[in-house]
Amino acid sequence: MEFFIISMLNGLSYGLLLFMLSSGLTLIFSMMGVLNFAHASFYMVGAYVGYSASQIVGFWPALVIAPLVVGALGALFERIALRKVHKFGHVPELLVTFGLSYVLLELVQLIWGRLALEFRPPEILQGPAFTLINHSINGLSVLWGVAPAEMCSAADAAVRVVCSPFPATRGFMMLVALVMLGSVWLLLTRTRIGLVIQAALTHPHMVESLGHNVPMVFMMVFGAGAALAGLAGVIGGSTFLTEPAMAATVGSIIFVVVVVGGMGSLSGAFLASILIGVIQTFAIAFDYSVMSLAQQMGVPLSAGASSNSLVKLTLSQIAPILPYLFLVLILIFRPKGLLGTREG
Amino acid sequence: MKFAVQLVAAAAVLACAQGAFAQQGQTVKMVRIDAQTGLLGPVGVNQLKSYQFFAEKFSGAGNPAGVKFEVTGIDNKLSPTESLNALKAAIDGGARYILQGNGSSVALALSDAVTKHNERNPGKEVLYLNDSAVDPDLTNSKCSYWHFRFDADTSMKMEAMSSFMETQKDIKKVYILGQNYSHGVQVAKFAKETLGRKRPDIQIVGEDLHPLAQVRDFAPYIAKIKASGADTVITGNWGSDLSLLVKAANEGGYTGKFFTYYTGVTGTPSALGTNGTGRVYQIAYNHYNMGGQMDKWMTEFKAKYNDDFYTGSIIRIYQTLGAAMAKAKSTDPVKVAAALEGIKVSSFNGEVEMRKTDHQLQQPLYMTVWQKADKKYPYSPENTGMTLAPLKEYPNYVSSTPTSCQMKRPS
Repeated sequence: MEFFIISMLNGLSYGLLLFMLSSGLTLIFSMMGVLNFAHASFYMVGAYVGYSASQIVGFWPALVIAPLVVGALGALFERIALRKVHKFGHVPELLVTFGLSYVLLELVQLIWGRLALEFRPPEILQGPAFTLINHSINGLSVLWGVAPAEMCSAADAAVRVVCSPFPATRGFMMLVALVMLGSVWLLLTRTRIGLVIQAALTHPHMVESLGHNVPMVFMMVFGAGAALAGLAGVIGGSTFLTEPAMAATVGSIIFVVVVVGGMGSLSGAFLASILIGVIQTFAIAFDYSVMSLAQQMGVPLSAGASSNSLVKLTLSQIAPILPYLFLVLILIFRPKGLLGTREG
Repeated sequence: MKFAVQLVAAAAVLACAQGAFAQQGQTVKMVRIDAQTGLLGPVGVNQLKSYQFFAEKFSGAGNPAGVKFEVTGIDNKLSPTESLNALKAAIDGGARYILQGNGSSVALALSDAVTKHNERNPGKEVLYLNDSAVDPDLTNSKCSYWHFRFDADTSMKMEAMSSFMETQKDIKKVYILGQNYSHGVQVAKFAKETLGRKRPDIQIVGEDLHPLAQVRDFAPYIAKIKASGADTVITGNWGSDLSLLVKAANEGGYTGKFFTYYTGVTGTPSALGTNGTGRVYQIAYNHYNMGGQMDKWMTEFKAKYNDDFYTGSIIRIYQTLGAAMAKAKSTDPVKVAAALEGIKVSSFNGEVEMRKTDHQLQQPLYMTVWQKADKKYPYSPENTGMTLAPLKEYPNYVSSTPTSCQMKRPS
């Protein structure tokens, strides 16, 4: 049972990190129609800026400074590059962000080097948030913080006690993602700015003639999307690793999230990232393969078939490619995505 | 024309006069093809520094042949394909000695490429000196005359590790976790084989392979290991794949033992910190508290680079190469290869031998455990205040394993 809970929490926290990343991407796409290839690079820049800022002013101010810096960079990029190519259509827009991702990667390597940095979360987040204690007699209980060692071991050998701490960094990650989801949703649907943004999306000329600065709105949206990626970067970088390859490893997966959830749908991105996080985490736990399934169903396999490496491949081994398999299936059977509104 | 003939004659006389010491003062250009970027980059960078540090120590009067060693590095990003390009660049640059260690996948590709190159380019042969890749295939089914391994292969390490586990009666359930490439697969294979032979009562409760240098989050694996009820994990993981694993184990509250190959390697000591005292073991051909000259070198290395020296095979490469060049009276790889076969050298922990049949260095192995550094075992990697204290030494006759190598020797 505690295995299920911990795995579920691991999956949810990973899924929520993916959401933090993909929300910015999907926001930019739905508002501006730009598929931002450099989005994961903003995530990486966020982690590095966060690292440097935390060296000087500490982690908590860095958590605010890094998204602001990355957001400003994003807005600047929109102002001086993206806006210029906007009139040439979507392909040049896509290519300019694609180029930016390479430039950012090289710049980061020039400034911070090619090796992984030691980005430690603050003291308060280093321990466990809570500990699940599974006692074979007393049942399951939850304890905030670290469980004392004597509670995790039983004097009697027949009693089995398992303590499963849940790291505070992951709890914090989940909290931030949920707060972010709430505030972005509120901003878009309940405020004046949100109304203007939504109107600028569908009727830019009307909005412009009402006296609103539409290019300014687009710049703010792009900056805000980048800032969200920067925030995810500070949290992801300190929880996992801060290194130049971090953009490449999440870059492909957030596109999966956005496509699976439905292009431009915030709730779709939320659903898809949770789904992918949980699927990927749980897939690691299962050792089922075609061979073990066949054995369970009583289908006899020939000696040749049972020594085939493809047949022996377990679910846990293919866990890393499952999201991409999921992407292909969605594109075949539901091209508009889980919660998307427009056709492929 | 006449002058030219005279010059050639004079040169010939000079060469004859020098005779026995033709190699003296020559520069031996060596290129290390290894990862210097990416997740596993820190290990490659540390080893390149180690090579350059010891090139200074062993050049000139430091070796019996009196040659000068010169090492440069090419980044292969841990990719076999990039390594083959790097090999070509190295050979074009005039290097006749290729060094590599990290990634048996790379090692297999390089060994194959070097063998083919030497077949096709007689007179331009290169030698491949392998400092760390431990896939047994390299000295068995895929052995090559041009490849020499200075680390101990997985069959040797597992032989020693299982001999130690034989004495640890509290080990009952074992989980094997590895990187999904030749090395991880071999570790799992030999772990099961040797444990089945020496401790048939041990239950293997789980086995997993994960992608090499891709996993950032080992928490799901730790949850799975805990759920399996394993009291011991055997892993051949190295670099970030080991440091992130032990980090996740600490965070996830896993309290079982870890039997590893590379606890002392960059990143893992910091990730372990004071956790894992008495629970994390390492099997290797050297350790941080060898004493004697090794201590002085390690202290000097640390003072110079603020990093720890752990790849002892580098020292042995210089020692055996120097001895072989003196024996061959040449730096020509063909002659040196012949001299390397079966050579015996006195190294930092006694005599080691480059076995002729498969080019596997025969050497003692050490089982060490992670614990607080004290007076007896003072060296503390990455300033953790902890050290790897030796528990048992396995001499050559224990660690030595048979080989199936049928090497094609140049006629």
